[in-house]
Amino acid sequence: MIGPNGAGKTSLFNCISGFYRPSAGAIEFGGENISRLHPPARAKIGLARTFQNIALFRGMTVLDNIKLGRHAHMKTNVFDALWYFGRAKREELELRSEIERRVLDFLEMEHIRDQPVASLSYGLRKRVELARALAMQPRVLMLDEPVAGMNREETEDMARFILDVKEEWGVTILMVEHDMGLVMDISDHVVVLNFGQVIAAGKPAEIQNNPDVIAAYLGSGDVGDLSRRIAGERAA
Amino acid sequence: MDWLFLFEVVLSGLGSGALLALTGIAFVLIYKATKVLNLAVGEMLMLCAYFFFGMTAAFALPIWLAIILTVIGGGILGGVIERVLIRPMLGESPISVFMVTVGLSSVLIGFVEFVWGSDPATLPNFLPSKPIFIGSAYVSPKIAVGFVVATVLIAAFLVVFRTWRGGVALRATATDQGAAFSCGINVPAVFSVSWIVAGMAAAGSGILIGSIGGISPTMGVFGLSVLVAVIVGGLDSIAGALVAGLAIGVVEALVGTYMGGEFKLLVTFSILVVALMIRPYGLFGTVEIERL
Repeated sequence: MIGPNGAGKTSLFNCISGFYRPSAGAIEFGGENISRLHPPARAKIGLARTFQNIALFRGMTVLDNIKLGRHAHMKTNVFDALWYFGRAKREELELRSEIERRVLDFLEMEHIRDQPVASLSYGLRKRVELARALAMQPRVLMLDEPVAGMNREETEDMARFILDVKEEWGVTILMVEHDMGLVMDISDHVVVLNFGQVIAAGKPAEIQNNPDVIAAYLGSGDVGDLSRRIAGERAA
Repeated sequence: MDWLFLFEVVLSGLGSGALLALTGIAFVLIYKATKVLNLAVGEMLMLCAYFFFGMTAAFALPIWLAIILTVIGGGILGGVIERVLIRPMLGESPISVFMVTVGLSSVLIGFVEFVWGSDPATLPNFLPSKPIFIGSAYVSPKIAVGFVVATVLIAAFLVVFRTWRGGVALRATATDQGAAFSCGINVPAVFSVSWIVAGMAAAGSGILIGSIGGISPTMGVFGLSVLVAVIVGGLDSIAGALVAGLAIGVVEALVGTYMGGEFKLLVTFSILVVALMIRPYGLFGTVEIERL
Protein backbone atom coordinates (compact mmCIF):
# COMPACT_ATOMS: atom_id res chain seq x y z
CA MET A 1 0.00 0.00 0.00
CA ILE A 2 1.47 3.32 -1.04
CA GLY A 3 0.38 6.93 -1.11
CA PRO A 4 1.65 10.42 -0.28
CA ASN A 5 2.09 11.48 3.36
CA GLY A 6 -1.23 11.89 5.13
CA ALA A 7 -3.05 9.69 2.63
CA GLY A 8 -4.45 7.53 5.45
CA LYS A 9 -2.24 4.46 5.17
CA THR A 10 -1.51 4.14 8.87
CA SER A 11 -5.12 5.03 9.71
CA LEU A 12 -6.20 2.11 7.57
CA PHE A 13 -3.72 -0.12 9.40
CA ASN A 14 -5.13 1.07 12.71
CA CYS A 15 -8.65 0.22 11.54
CA ILE A 16 -7.57 -3.25 10.46
CA SER A 17 -5.75 -4.01 13.71
CA GLY A 18 -8.56 -2.55 15.80
CA PHE A 19 -6.98 0.58 17.25
CA TYR A 20 -9.45 2.77 15.34
CA ARG A 21 -13.09 2.00 14.78
CA PRO A 22 -14.15 2.72 11.17
CA SER A 23 -16.87 5.41 10.99
CA ALA A 24 -18.34 3.70 7.93
CA GLY A 25 -17.93 0.29 6.33
CA ALA A 26 -16.69 -2.90 7.92
CA ILE A 27 -13.46 -4.84 8.41
CA GLU A 28 -13.80 -8.41 7.19
CA PHE A 29 -11.31 -11.20 7.79
CA GLY A 30 -11.74 -14.63 6.22
CA GLY A 31 -15.33 -13.76 5.35
CA GLU A 32 -16.20 -12.74 8.90
CA ASN A 33 -17.04 -9.25 10.06
CA ILE A 34 -14.49 -8.38 12.77
CA SER A 35 -15.30 -4.67 13.07
CA ARG A 36 -16.33 -5.02 16.69
CA LEU A 37 -13.35 -7.07 17.94
CA HIS A 38 -10.75 -5.28 20.08
CA PRO A 39 -7.03 -5.57 19.24
CA PRO A 40 -6.18 -8.55 21.53
CA ALA A 41 -9.00 -10.58 19.97
CA ARG A 42 -7.76 -9.73 16.49
CA ALA A 43 -4.24 -10.81 17.48
CA LYS A 44 -5.71 -14.15 18.50
CA ILE A 45 -7.36 -14.80 15.13
CA GLY A 46 -4.10 -14.13 13.30
CA LEU A 47 -3.58 -10.45 12.61
CA ALA A 48 -0.09 -9.30 13.56
CA ARG A 49 1.42 -5.89 12.96
CA THR A 50 4.54 -3.81 13.35
CA PHE A 51 4.59 -0.07 13.96
CA GLN A 52 5.96 2.85 11.98
CA ASN A 53 7.91 4.19 14.96
CA ILE A 54 9.24 1.02 16.57
CA ALA A 55 7.09 -0.13 19.50
CA LEU A 56 9.22 -2.62 21.42
CA PHE A 57 9.22 -3.36 25.13
CA ARG A 58 12.22 -1.33 26.27
CA GLY A 59 14.21 -2.76 29.14
CA MET A 60 13.41 -6.33 28.11
CA THR A 61 15.68 -8.66 26.18
CA VAL A 62 15.17 -9.57 22.54
CA LEU A 63 13.96 -13.05 23.50
CA ASP A 64 11.42 -11.69 26.01
CA ASN A 65 10.09 -9.29 23.41
CA ILE A 66 9.63 -12.07 20.90
CA LYS A 67 8.06 -14.41 23.43
CA LEU A 68 5.47 -11.78 24.24
CA GLY A 69 4.23 -12.15 20.70
CA ARG A 70 2.88 -15.52 21.71
CA HIS A 71 0.95 -14.16 24.65
CA ALA A 72 -2.38 -14.30 22.85
CA HIS A 73 -2.04 -18.01 22.14
CA MET A 74 -0.91 -19.27 25.55
CA LYS A 75 -3.31 -21.03 27.84
CA THR A 76 -1.67 -21.23 31.27
CA ASN A 77 -3.51 -19.45 34.02
CA VAL A 78 -2.27 -18.08 37.30
CA PHE A 79 -2.82 -21.36 39.19
CA ASP A 80 -0.77 -23.43 36.73
CA ALA A 81 1.93 -20.82 37.06
CA LEU A 82 1.92 -21.02 40.84
CA TRP A 83 2.95 -24.66 40.56
CA TYR A 84 5.00 -23.90 37.44
CA PHE A 85 5.43 -27.61 36.72
CA GLY A 86 2.90 -29.21 34.44
CA ARG A 87 1.27 -27.11 31.81
CA ALA A 88 3.08 -23.82 32.42
CA LYS A 89 6.52 -25.39 32.19
CA ARG A 90 5.67 -27.53 29.17
CA GLU A 91 4.19 -24.57 27.33
CA GLU A 92 7.20 -22.43 28.15
CA LEU A 93 9.64 -25.05 26.87
CA GLU A 94 7.72 -25.66 23.66
CA LEU A 95 7.53 -21.94 23.08
CA ARG A 96 11.25 -21.50 23.61
CA SER A 97 12.33 -24.21 21.23
CA GLU A 98 9.90 -23.13 18.57
CA ILE A 99 11.02 -19.53 18.78
CA GLU A 100 14.67 -20.59 18.67
CA ARG A 101 14.10 -22.67 15.58
CA ARG A 102 11.54 -20.79 13.58
CA VAL A 103 12.15 -17.16 14.45
CA LEU A 104 15.63 -16.48 15.83
CA ASP A 105 17.50 -18.70 13.36
CA PHE A 106 15.29 -17.63 10.52
CA LEU A 107 15.88 -13.91 11.02
CA GLU A 108 19.56 -14.40 11.84
CA MET A 109 19.37 -12.89 15.30
CA GLU A 110 20.71 -15.77 17.43
CA HIS A 111 23.67 -13.59 18.48
CA ILE A 112 21.54 -10.83 20.01
CA ARG A 113 18.86 -12.94 21.73
CA ASP A 114 19.87 -11.98 25.28
CA GLN A 115 20.62 -8.32 24.68
CA PRO A 116 18.25 -5.61 25.90
CA VAL A 117 16.47 -4.17 22.88
CA ALA A 118 17.30 -0.61 23.87
CA SER A 119 20.98 -1.27 23.11
CA LEU A 120 20.38 -2.42 19.52
CA SER A 121 20.80 -0.45 16.32
CA TYR A 122 17.76 0.92 14.54
CA GLY A 123 17.77 -1.73 11.84
CA LEU A 124 18.05 -4.58 14.33
CA ARG A 125 15.21 -3.17 16.42
CA LYS A 126 13.00 -3.19 13.34
CA ARG A 127 13.97 -6.82 12.87
CA VAL A 128 13.04 -7.65 16.49
CA GLU A 129 9.62 -6.15 15.83
CA LEU A 130 9.23 -8.36 12.77
CA ALA A 131 10.32 -11.36 14.87
CA ARG A 132 7.74 -10.57 17.53
CA ALA A 133 5.01 -10.31 14.91
CA LEU A 134 6.08 -13.67 13.46
CA ALA A 135 5.97 -15.27 16.92
CA MET A 136 2.27 -14.38 16.91
CA GLN A 137 1.84 -17.05 14.18
CA PRO A 138 -0.05 -14.61 11.98
CA ARG A 139 -2.27 -15.37 9.03
CA VAL A 140 -1.89 -11.77 7.91
CA LEU A 141 1.28 -9.88 8.74
CA MET A 142 0.99 -6.09 8.62
CA LEU A 143 4.22 -4.14 8.23
CA ASP A 144 4.07 -0.36 8.65
CA GLU A 145 7.10 1.11 6.86
CA PRO A 146 9.45 -1.82 7.59
CA VAL A 147 12.51 -0.17 6.00
CA ALA A 148 11.92 3.50 6.85
CA GLY A 149 15.17 5.12 7.92
CA MET A 150 17.31 2.13 6.97
CA ASN A 151 20.45 2.19 4.88
CA ARG A 152 20.72 0.20 1.65
CA GLU A 153 22.23 -2.88 3.24
CA GLU A 154 19.62 -3.02 6.01
CA THR A 155 16.87 -2.49 3.44
CA GLU A 156 18.13 -5.39 1.34
CA ASP A 157 18.26 -7.66 4.40
CA MET A 158 14.72 -6.72 5.33
CA ALA A 159 13.46 -7.28 1.77
CA ARG A 160 15.01 -10.75 1.81
CA PHE A 161 13.35 -11.56 5.15
CA ILE A 162 9.97 -10.36 3.92
CA LEU A 163 10.19 -12.56 0.83
CA ASP A 164 11.36 -15.54 2.92
CA VAL A 165 8.45 -15.11 5.32
CA LYS A 166 6.03 -15.04 2.42
CA GLU A 167 7.45 -18.21 0.89
CA GLU A 168 8.33 -20.33 3.91
CA TRP A 169 5.52 -19.36 6.24
CA GLY A 170 2.86 -18.84 3.61
CA VAL A 171 1.71 -15.68 5.33
CA THR A 172 -0.18 -12.92 3.56
CA ILE A 173 1.79 -9.69 3.95
CA LEU A 174 0.25 -6.26 3.94
CA MET A 175 2.91 -3.57 3.74
CA VAL A 176 2.94 0.22 3.85
CA GLU A 177 6.18 1.59 2.43
CA HIS A 178 7.61 4.71 0.85
CA ASP A 179 10.65 3.05 -0.68
CA MET A 180 9.31 2.68 -4.24
CA GLY A 181 12.18 0.46 -5.34
CA LEU A 182 11.34 -2.05 -2.61
CA VAL A 183 7.59 -1.82 -3.20
CA MET A 184 7.88 -2.42 -6.95
CA ASP A 185 10.41 -5.24 -6.45
CA ILE A 186 8.64 -7.44 -3.92
CA SER A 187 4.91 -6.65 -4.21
CA ASP A 188 2.36 -8.82 -6.01
CA HIS A 189 -0.38 -6.23 -5.79
CA VAL A 190 -0.13 -2.50 -5.12
CA VAL A 191 -2.91 -0.24 -3.82
CA VAL A 192 -2.51 3.54 -3.96
CA LEU A 193 -4.28 5.75 -1.42
CA ASN A 194 -4.66 9.51 -1.65
CA PHE A 195 -6.76 11.65 0.71
CA GLY A 196 -8.33 8.49 2.10
CA GLN A 197 -9.46 7.22 -1.32
CA VAL A 198 -8.14 4.32 -3.36
CA ILE A 199 -6.96 5.96 -6.58
CA ALA A 200 -5.37 2.92 -8.20
CA ALA A 201 -4.79 -0.77 -7.64
CA GLY A 202 -3.00 -3.43 -9.63
CA LYS A 203 0.32 -5.02 -10.53
CA PRO A 204 3.45 -2.94 -9.82
CA ALA A 205 4.08 -2.33 -13.51
CA GLU A 206 0.56 -0.99 -14.06
CA ILE A 207 0.82 1.32 -11.06
CA GLN A 208 4.13 2.77 -12.22
CA ASN A 209 2.54 4.01 -15.42
CA ASN A 210 -0.79 5.15 -13.99
CA PRO A 211 -1.17 8.93 -14.61
CA ASP A 212 -3.37 9.42 -11.52
CA VAL A 213 -0.66 7.95 -9.30
CA ILE A 214 2.03 10.10 -10.84
CA ALA A 215 -0.16 13.18 -10.38
CA ALA A 216 -0.87 12.28 -6.75
CA TYR A 217 2.83 12.03 -6.00
CA LEU A 218 4.09 14.97 -8.05
CA GLY A 219 0.99 17.17 -8.14
CA SER A 220 -0.28 18.28 -11.55
CA GLY A 221 1.19 21.38 -13.15
CA ASP A 222 -1.96 23.43 -12.74
CA VAL A 223 -2.80 24.36 -9.12
CA GLY A 224 -6.41 25.21 -9.94
CA ASP A 225 -6.86 21.87 -11.62
CA LEU A 226 -5.33 20.13 -8.62
CA SER A 227 -7.67 21.79 -6.12
CA ARG A 228 -10.69 21.02 -8.35
CA ARG A 229 -9.63 17.42 -8.44
CA ILE A 230 -9.29 17.31 -4.67
CA ALA A 231 -12.70 18.97 -4.22
CA GLY A 232 -14.18 16.55 -6.71
CA GLU A 233 -12.73 13.56 -4.93
CA ARG A 234 -14.00 14.79 -1.58
CA ALA A 235 -17.49 15.33 -2.99
CA ALA A 236 -17.39 11.85 -4.45
CA MET B 1 25.61 -2.31 74.85
CA ASP B 2 22.67 -4.56 75.57
CA TRP B 3 22.77 -7.02 72.70
CA LEU B 4 19.55 -8.76 73.67
CA PHE B 5 17.68 -5.44 73.65
CA LEU B 6 19.21 -4.54 70.29
CA PHE B 7 18.10 -7.90 68.93
CA GLU B 8 14.56 -7.26 70.20
CA VAL B 9 14.49 -3.85 68.55
CA VAL B 10 15.66 -5.33 65.27
CA LEU B 11 12.98 -8.01 65.45
CA SER B 12 10.21 -5.49 66.01
CA GLY B 13 11.69 -3.44 63.18
CA LEU B 14 11.48 -6.46 60.88
CA GLY B 15 7.86 -6.85 61.95
CA SER B 16 6.86 -3.33 60.98
CA GLY B 17 9.13 -3.58 57.93
CA ALA B 18 7.13 -6.54 56.65
CA LEU B 19 4.00 -4.39 56.86
CA LEU B 20 5.78 -1.61 54.95
CA ALA B 21 6.66 -4.17 52.29
CA LEU B 22 3.13 -5.57 52.06
CA THR B 23 1.69 -2.08 51.60
CA GLY B 24 4.53 -1.38 49.19
CA ILE B 25 3.13 -4.08 46.91
CA ALA B 26 0.08 -1.89 46.38
CA PHE B 27 2.36 0.92 45.11
CA VAL B 28 4.50 -1.41 43.02
CA LEU B 29 1.62 -3.24 41.31
CA ILE B 30 -0.10 -0.05 40.23
CA TYR B 31 3.14 1.58 39.14
CA LYS B 32 4.31 -1.52 37.25
CA ALA B 33 1.15 -1.72 35.18
CA THR B 34 0.08 1.88 34.73
CA LYS B 35 3.16 4.02 35.54
CA VAL B 36 0.92 5.86 38.01
CA LEU B 37 2.30 6.66 41.44
CA ASN B 38 -0.80 6.23 43.58
CA LEU B 39 -0.40 8.52 46.58
CA ALA B 40 -3.75 7.40 47.99
CA VAL B 41 -2.52 3.90 48.95
CA GLY B 42 -2.20 4.95 52.62
CA GLU B 43 -5.75 6.30 52.61
CA MET B 44 -7.15 3.23 50.83
CA LEU B 45 -5.54 1.20 53.60
CA MET B 46 -7.13 3.48 56.18
CA LEU B 47 -10.59 3.21 54.63
CA CYS B 48 -10.28 -0.59 54.57
CA ALA B 49 -9.27 -0.63 58.25
CA TYR B 50 -12.40 1.41 59.06
CA PHE B 51 -14.48 -0.91 56.91
CA PHE B 52 -13.15 -3.83 58.96
CA PHE B 53 -13.94 -1.84 62.12
CA GLY B 54 -17.52 -1.33 60.93
CA MET B 55 -17.94 -5.00 60.03
CA THR B 56 -16.78 -6.22 63.44
CA ALA B 57 -18.01 -3.46 65.75
CA ALA B 58 -21.29 -2.34 64.17
CA PHE B 59 -22.44 -5.57 62.52
CA ALA B 60 -20.68 -7.89 64.98
CA LEU B 61 -19.62 -10.26 62.22
CA PRO B 62 -17.18 -13.05 63.09
CA ILE B 63 -13.55 -12.02 62.56
CA TRP B 64 -12.80 -14.45 59.72
CA LEU B 65 -15.84 -13.27 57.76
CA ALA B 66 -14.94 -9.63 58.37
CA ILE B 67 -11.40 -10.26 57.09
CA ILE B 68 -12.69 -11.88 53.90
CA LEU B 69 -15.25 -9.15 53.33
CA THR B 70 -12.68 -6.40 53.93
CA VAL B 71 -10.21 -7.90 51.46
CA ILE B 72 -12.99 -8.25 48.87
CA GLY B 73 -14.08 -4.69 49.69
CA GLY B 74 -10.50 -3.48 49.17
CA GLY B 75 -10.49 -5.14 45.75
CA ILE B 76 -13.79 -3.50 44.82
CA LEU B 77 -12.49 -0.13 46.07
CA GLY B 78 -9.38 -0.46 43.89
CA GLY B 79 -11.41 -1.55 40.87
CA VAL B 80 -13.92 1.28 41.24
CA ILE B 81 -11.19 3.92 41.64
CA GLU B 82 -9.47 2.63 38.50
CA ARG B 83 -12.64 2.53 36.44
CA VAL B 84 -14.09 5.85 37.58
CA LEU B 85 -11.05 8.07 38.18
CA ILE B 86 -8.00 6.58 36.46
CA ARG B 87 -9.33 5.05 33.21
CA PRO B 88 -10.69 8.39 31.92
CA MET B 89 -7.21 9.85 32.51
CA LEU B 90 -5.64 7.33 30.13
CA GLY B 91 -3.13 9.14 27.93
CA GLU B 92 -2.92 12.20 30.19
CA SER B 93 0.47 13.15 31.59
CA PRO B 94 1.58 11.11 34.62
CA ILE B 95 1.68 14.23 36.79
CA SER B 96 -2.06 14.86 36.20
CA VAL B 97 -2.93 11.31 37.20
CA PHE B 98 -0.66 11.66 40.21
CA MET B 99 -2.58 14.81 41.25
CA VAL B 100 -5.85 12.87 40.96
CA THR B 101 -4.56 10.39 43.52
CA VAL B 102 -3.48 13.25 45.81
CA GLY B 103 -7.03 14.61 45.64
CA LEU B 104 -8.43 11.14 46.15
CA SER B 105 -6.52 10.74 49.41
CA SER B 106 -8.15 13.92 50.79
CA VAL B 107 -11.57 12.71 49.69
CA LEU B 108 -11.06 9.37 51.43
CA ILE B 109 -9.96 11.08 54.68
CA GLY B 110 -13.00 13.37 54.50
CA PHE B 111 -15.29 10.41 53.86
CA VAL B 112 -13.97 8.47 56.87
CA GLU B 113 -14.21 11.52 59.17
CA PHE B 114 -17.77 12.10 57.94
CA VAL B 115 -18.88 8.54 58.60
CA TRP B 116 -16.86 7.48 61.65
CA GLY B 117 -15.67 10.82 63.10
CA SER B 118 -12.05 11.81 63.62
CA ASP B 119 -11.39 10.09 66.95
CA PRO B 120 -8.97 7.18 66.98
CA ALA B 121 -10.50 3.75 67.60
CA THR B 122 -9.22 0.28 68.37
CA LEU B 123 -10.01 -2.81 66.37
CA PRO B 124 -11.30 -5.89 68.22
CA ASN B 125 -8.35 -7.86 69.49
CA PHE B 126 -8.19 -11.08 67.52
CA LEU B 127 -4.42 -11.50 67.36
CA PRO B 128 -2.86 -13.74 70.00
CA SER B 129 -1.56 -12.00 73.13
CA LYS B 130 0.69 -14.77 74.46
CA PRO B 131 4.26 -13.43 74.38
CA ILE B 132 6.63 -15.09 71.94
CA PHE B 133 10.30 -15.67 72.65
CA ILE B 134 13.00 -16.26 70.05
CA GLY B 135 15.83 -17.57 72.16
CA SER B 136 15.46 -15.23 75.12
CA ALA B 137 14.39 -12.22 73.02
CA TYR B 138 10.81 -11.08 73.45
CA VAL B 139 8.69 -10.41 70.38
CA SER B 140 5.25 -8.82 70.55
CA PRO B 141 2.84 -11.52 69.34
CA LYS B 142 0.88 -9.03 67.23
CA ILE B 143 4.00 -7.96 65.38
CA ALA B 144 5.06 -11.59 64.93
CA VAL B 145 1.70 -12.45 63.35
CA GLY B 146 1.89 -9.35 61.17
CA PHE B 147 5.38 -10.37 60.04
CA VAL B 148 4.41 -13.95 59.18
CA VAL B 149 1.23 -13.00 57.31
CA ALA B 150 2.95 -10.21 55.39
CA THR B 151 5.95 -12.33 54.35
CA VAL B 152 3.79 -15.25 53.26
CA LEU B 153 1.66 -12.94 51.10
CA ILE B 154 4.72 -11.24 49.58
CA ALA B 155 6.33 -14.61 48.85
CA ALA B 156 3.16 -15.66 47.04
CA PHE B 157 3.24 -12.47 44.96
CA LEU B 158 6.91 -13.02 44.12
CA VAL B 159 6.36 -16.59 42.94
CA VAL B 160 3.34 -15.64 40.86
CA PHE B 161 5.15 -12.80 39.12
CA ARG B 162 8.24 -14.88 38.43
CA THR B 163 6.38 -17.71 36.76
CA TRP B 164 3.04 -16.40 35.56
CA ARG B 165 2.98 -14.91 32.09
CA GLY B 166 0.64 -12.23 33.48
CA GLY B 167 3.71 -10.81 35.22
CA VAL B 168 5.37 -10.29 31.85
CA ALA B 169 2.12 -8.93 30.45
CA LEU B 170 2.17 -6.38 33.25
CA ARG B 171 5.69 -5.26 32.35
CA ALA B 172 4.84 -5.16 28.67
CA THR B 173 1.79 -3.00 29.32
CA ALA B 174 3.87 -0.64 31.40
CA THR B 175 6.46 -0.19 28.65
CA ASP B 176 4.28 0.25 25.59
CA GLN B 177 0.51 0.06 25.78
CA GLY B 178 0.00 0.12 22.02
CA ALA B 179 2.45 -2.69 21.36
CA ALA B 180 1.05 -4.73 24.24
CA PHE B 181 -2.47 -4.27 22.89
CA SER B 182 -1.42 -5.49 19.44
CA CYS B 183 0.37 -8.52 20.95
CA GLY B 184 -2.93 -9.76 22.34
CA ILE B 185 -2.59 -8.37 25.86
CA ASN B 186 -5.87 -7.01 27.14
CA VAL B 187 -4.53 -3.69 28.43
CA PRO B 188 -7.67 -2.37 30.19
CA ALA B 189 -7.99 -5.71 32.01
CA VAL B 190 -4.37 -5.49 33.15
CA PHE B 191 -5.11 -2.01 34.55
CA SER B 192 -8.20 -3.21 36.40
CA VAL B 193 -6.54 -6.31 37.82
CA SER B 194 -3.52 -4.39 39.08
CA TRP B 195 -5.72 -1.87 40.92
CA ILE B 196 -7.97 -4.61 42.31
CA VAL B 197 -5.06 -6.66 43.65
CA ALA B 198 -3.40 -3.49 45.00
CA GLY B 199 -6.67 -2.66 46.81
CA MET B 200 -6.70 -6.15 48.31
CA ALA B 201 -3.09 -5.81 49.49
CA ALA B 202 -3.95 -2.44 51.02
CA ALA B 203 -6.95 -4.00 52.78
CA GLY B 204 -4.79 -6.80 54.19
CA SER B 205 -2.19 -4.43 55.56
CA GLY B 206 -4.93 -2.09 56.81
CA ILE B 207 -6.36 -4.88 58.98
CA LEU B 208 -2.90 -5.85 60.28
CA ILE B 209 -1.74 -2.30 60.97
CA GLY B 210 -5.06 -1.30 62.52
CA SER B 211 -4.99 -4.32 64.81
CA ILE B 212 -1.46 -3.55 65.96
CA GLY B 213 -1.61 0.21 66.40
CA GLY B 214 -5.30 1.19 66.32
CA ILE B 215 -7.05 3.17 63.59
CA SER B 216 -7.54 6.88 62.97
CA PRO B 217 -8.24 8.99 59.88
CA THR B 218 -4.59 10.06 59.87
CA MET B 219 -3.15 6.54 59.79
CA GLY B 220 -2.68 7.02 56.04
CA VAL B 221 0.58 8.88 56.68
CA PHE B 222 2.02 5.38 57.03
CA GLY B 223 1.86 5.51 53.24
CA LEU B 224 4.73 8.04 53.24
CA SER B 225 7.18 5.61 54.86
CA VAL B 226 5.96 2.98 52.42
CA LEU B 227 6.58 5.34 49.53
CA VAL B 228 10.17 5.80 50.70
CA ALA B 229 10.61 2.03 50.94
CA VAL B 230 9.32 1.37 47.42
CA ILE B 231 11.35 4.19 45.87
CA VAL B 232 14.51 2.92 47.56
CA GLY B 233 13.69 -0.64 46.49
CA GLY B 234 12.87 0.34 42.92
CA LEU B 235 9.30 1.34 42.08
CA ASP B 236 8.68 -1.58 39.75
CA SER B 237 10.21 -4.36 41.83
CA ILE B 238 8.30 -6.52 44.32
CA ALA B 239 11.54 -8.00 45.65
CA GLY B 240 12.84 -4.45 46.05
CA ALA B 241 9.76 -3.50 48.10
CA LEU B 242 10.41 -6.50 50.35
CA VAL B 243 14.11 -5.84 50.95
CA ALA B 244 13.82 -2.06 51.29
CA GLY B 245 10.67 -2.38 53.42
CA LEU B 246 12.43 -4.64 55.91
CA ALA B 247 15.54 -2.45 55.92
CA ILE B 248 13.59 0.76 56.49
CA GLY B 249 11.53 -0.94 59.21
CA VAL B 250 14.69 -1.96 61.06
CA VAL B 251 16.32 1.47 60.64
CA GLU B 252 13.19 3.24 61.89
CA ALA B 253 13.00 0.94 64.92
CA LEU B 254 16.70 1.49 65.75
CA VAL B 255 16.50 5.26 65.29
CA GLY B 256 13.23 5.47 67.23
CA THR B 257 14.74 3.55 70.14
CA TYR B 258 18.23 4.99 70.35
CA MET B 259 17.77 8.54 69.01
CA GLY B 260 14.12 9.25 69.75
CA GLY B 261 10.92 9.06 67.70
CA GLU B 262 11.30 12.56 66.26
CA PHE B 263 14.34 11.44 64.25
CA LYS B 264 12.53 8.58 62.50
CA LEU B 265 11.26 10.49 59.49
CA LEU B 266 14.45 12.54 59.27
CA VAL B 267 16.57 9.41 58.91
CA THR B 268 14.05 7.69 56.62
CA PHE B 269 14.02 10.55 54.17
CA SER B 270 17.80 10.98 54.38
CA ILE B 271 18.05 7.36 53.25
CA LEU B 272 15.73 8.23 50.38
CA VAL B 273 17.91 11.14 49.26
CA VAL B 274 21.13 9.11 49.43
CA ALA B 275 19.53 6.15 47.66
CA LEU B 276 18.25 8.35 44.86
CA MET B 277 21.70 9.86 44.36
CA ILE B 278 23.45 6.50 44.18
CA ARG B 279 20.82 4.39 42.40
CA PRO B 280 18.10 6.61 40.91
CA TYR B 281 16.13 3.59 39.70
CA GLY B 282 16.19 1.95 43.15
CA LEU B 283 17.97 -1.14 44.42
CA PHE B 284 16.11 -3.58 42.17
CA GLY B 285 14.33 -1.27 39.73
CA THR B 286 14.55 -1.65 35.97
CA VAL B 287 17.56 0.14 34.57
CA GLU B 288 16.46 2.05 31.49
CA ILE B 289 19.11 2.40 28.84
CA GLU B 290 18.67 5.71 27.09
CA ARG B 291 19.84 5.86 23.51
CA LEU B 292 20.04 9.34 22.09
